[in-house]
Amino acid sequence: MTTTQCDLLVIGAGPAGLAAATTAAGLGVDTLLLDEQPAPGGQIYRAITTTPVTDRRILGEDYWHGASLVEPFRASGARYEPGATVWAVSRMTAESPDAGFEVAYSVDGQARMLRARHLLLATGAQERPFPIPGWTLPGVITAGAAQILLKSAGLVPSDRTVLAGCGPLLYLVAWQYLNAGAKIDALLETTPPGRMAQALPHAFDFLRSPYLGKGLKLMRAVKAAVPIVKGVRNLRANGAQRLESVSYDAGGKTRTMAAEQLLLHQGVVPNVNLSRAVGAEHDWNEALDCWQPRVDDWGATTVAGIGIAGDGAGIAGALAAEHRGRLAALHAARVLGRIDTARRDRDAGPHRQALARAVRGRAFFDTLYKAPDAYRRPVGDTIVCRCEEVTAQQVRETVALGCSGPNQMKAFLRCGMGPCQGRFCGLTVSELIAEERGVPVSEVGYYRLRFPTKPLTLGELAALPQTDESRQAVVRLKK
Amino acid sequence: MSPGPRSAEVIIVGGGLHGSSAALHLARAGVQALVIEKNYVGRHASGVNAGGVRTLSRHVAEVPLALASRELWYRIASLVDDDCGFEQHGQVRVAENEADEAALRDRLATMQALGYTHETWIEADELRAMIPRIVPTVRGGLIAREDAAADPYRTTLAFRRKAASLGARFMEGVRVQETRCEGGQWVVQTSAGTYTAPTLVNCAGAWADRLAAQWDEPVPLLPISPMMLVTLRMDHFLDPVVLGTGRPLSFKQRANGTVLIGGGRRAWVDRDAEWTELDFRALADGARMVCELFPHMAGAVVNRGWAGIEAAMPDEIPVIGPSLRRERAFHAFGFSAHGFELGPIVGRILCELITEGRSSLPIEPFSIGRFAPPAAGAPAPGQLPLFDDPRSSKT
Amino acid sequence: MFKRLDEAAGQAGRAPVRVTVDGGEVRCREGDSVAAALFASGHADCRDTVVNEVPRGPYCMMGVCYDCLVTIDGVPNRQGCMTLVREGMRIERQRGAREVRP
Repeated sequence: MTTTQCDLLVIGAGPAGLAAATTAAGLGVDTLLLDEQPAPGGQIYRAITTTPVTDRRILGEDYWHGASLVEPFRASGARYEPGATVWAVSRMTAESPDAGFEVAYSVDGQARMLRARHLLLATGAQERPFPIPGWTLPGVITAGAAQILLKSAGLVPSDRTVLAGCGPLLYLVAWQYLNAGAKIDALLETTPPGRMAQALPHAFDFLRSPYLGKGLKLMRAVKAAVPIVKGVRNLRANGAQRLESVSYDAGGKTRTMAAEQLLLHQGVVPNVNLSRAVGAEHDWNEALDCWQPRVDDWGATTVAGIGIAGDGAGIAGALAAEHRGRLAALHAARVLGRIDTARRDRDAGPHRQALARAVRGRAFFDTLYKAPDAYRRPVGDTIVCRCEEVTAQQVRETVALGCSGPNQMKAFLRCGMGPCQGRFCGLTVSELIAEERGVPVSEVGYYRLRFPTKPLTLGELAALPQTDESRQAVVRLKK
Repeated sequence: MSPGPRSAEVIIVGGGLHGSSAALHLARAGVQALVIEKNYVGRHASGVNAGGVRTLSRHVAEVPLALASRELWYRIASLVDDDCGFEQHGQVRVAENEADEAALRDRLATMQALGYTHETWIEADELRAMIPRIVPTVRGGLIAREDAAADPYRTTLAFRRKAASLGARFMEGVRVQETRCEGGQWVVQTSAGTYTAPTLVNCAGAWADRLAAQWDEPVPLLPISPMMLVTLRMDHFLDPVVLGTGRPLSFKQRANGTVLIGGGRRAWVDRDAEWTELDFRALADGARMVCELFPHMAGAVVNRGWAGIEAAMPDEIPVIGPSLRRERAFHAFGFSAHGFELGPIVGRILCELITEGRSSLPIEPFSIGRFAPPAAGAPAPGQLPLFDDPRSSKT
Repeated sequence: MFKRLDEAAGQAGRAPVRVTVDGGEVRCREGDSVAAALFASGHADCRDTVVNEVPRGPYCMMGVCYDCLVTIDGVPNRQGCMTLVREGMRIERQRGAREVRP
């Protein structure tokens, strides 16, 4: 059995991964792109090659820009394997220190190994957890999920629908729904009063950015068609077996509105499970209330041979992701000896300029749309760990027992031990512990994440192919 | 931890289970210990092991200690005010083939000859009735019906909390650098300053050889990293802990339905970087083994793998006892991946040694002297008579 | 409830697909994920949780929340949002902890 080999393995076919693989392959780097989804685009450009929503006015030009990344990728000579989930990365089983990594991944329930000299993680972002009472009820999904249903299957809500939270995506989804003729009953904004004043110092850059024009037009259209409630507090999803109504406090009053669908969103955060499991250092970003891997301006992490590009390295948006992908690919080509440093730096120039333009103005809405404390640090019976149904009160009480961090807590609560591997509770747990202890989140730390980074069956693991080569490799290496 | 006075009656290096147990037993005897831990209590082997409360198939020298420790486990809630997740359903070593059966029967004969009754034979049909999911071709096994399992981190934390409530002090995030004797006192230099005590205890786990070397009694300690896998919850199918005989396997289902798979296959470890890397090919091998013994497990969902950092000695039994090169210094380390069950008794042994100068249990086989280079022609001190079944101390 | 946009419903090349959900026939489209097919046919929930056995449905649609777990063609713990529908596929609600199958 031959083992797949490549010089550069790119994980993730969103804008960063597509652009990186295209650039690297164009420089003659033997490149393979693995992605979990059946078609390229990641999440922001989900279903860009397969969407049934072909009237471009519905999803809008920012979405359709993603198509311009696909054709060059297909023509670049990079190999592509869709439906592939990476679950382990190993340095020690590779043939020699310079040989790079062995990577375990699964396609259709079959585990495989490949060898790559250099890795580029482009696994992007995920929705920030939004723990409100009732957020686990059927009928409550993320705004991102709603957008995926629209893009991938042409589905829109048919009953009473409420959008809630903060961040540009809420308005984008509302706008796309309006374009599609879908009705939205309310958009509940959780941005606290006074935020605009905080964001204003960054407004100058925002005014000069590409976001301003589009943003204003989009918001005007939404405001004209959708009832918007500002400064929403105590947001709650109510219902017995599924969502029946949404309650909130605003303008000094408590309101309840019947609804069958609640779409939640309060920003996106880097998906750090793979970057943590490979051992990269991460830092707490105070401004964005999330962990992000420590990278230099080529996307290199603290682990030799592993780079990260796109929102997985820190939230900066889809356009920035493309440019960071190209920069990381140039760096990989340099490390792999395909180009020299001078060529790398020269080629990087235009991408750096484009990147600077793409991130201009982000500080403004990052400040404006910072998720409010109450929605990041819940109390009482609000579920924190969805998989194991652990509440905020339970997490807070365990701190008093002497558990000073999320890893110590695992013996008492099962937070982070369900199949999502902490993706939807990790940030909340770290923040709650920090609040209870009165220390910064950076001191509390995060779950110690290990492989497999996605669950797999024991049978799948048992069937991991062994080659004579690999048996020799293990025999040579001492422990 | 708030800084207390810079001296204590006893300083214990290492806040794992053995260090915390020593602190507890000392506190009960009215002796205030200071535990100095470089990470947090239970961070390494103590907090992440398989949680086996096992007397089954221990090295002969460990048997008296294990049996005495098990008695303490039965009353663990009254000892540390926490049930520690203790579940008693027995442990069984299964015979998958003729060779396994012969080895286990041999072991049984040895135990019986020594007068021990805690290990008995279980016939194939009783084993199949006890564990309907096991592959029907098993030939029976060796069972310790009173053995059990518990939660390792919870246990370690419980010992720590109880000890602290009785006056022991714990400092976390503080690293011991140098230890020396000055005028009848131990002077312990740490990353947070200097502390003194008349008595010093080495419970430093995978780093204990460094302390021993400072006391001029070097030992051939090997840092190891046994790997574990855990599954998502499954409907209940298993009560006892199941161990392999001819091949490494340890397998248990917890009360919450998750299944823990161990067996001693090792990850790569760097004990200074406190880093381990899982070996997926070895884990795949272990997975195959589990599926052969429990065919339905092919559909079990593996959700996490990990590997702790532990200390192994070449003869696979720990070092327990007084230092032979320094006064008022004691060792308890090198538990070779099977120290959890011994935690409660080792603390008591250390307390007896410190307060009474003797141990009520036979600890001579664990003397650090067995690693001292012998004088020409003489046998090494503390050398053990060899009831050395290599399978007797796995996991 | 979710409904199909006219333009999406009418698109050529998205062949109709028939699957069963807990024994009942559901019509969906080639290229739908199982989760999308469930939403399109009025199923907001697809499983009962392991701890408290309360109903849950897909939440993130991108493979990270694991709330969309269903049994597909007899195999449990499959993510509905990561599996495309196929003619004749049998989708069943996942109840609580994983059953032990002989």
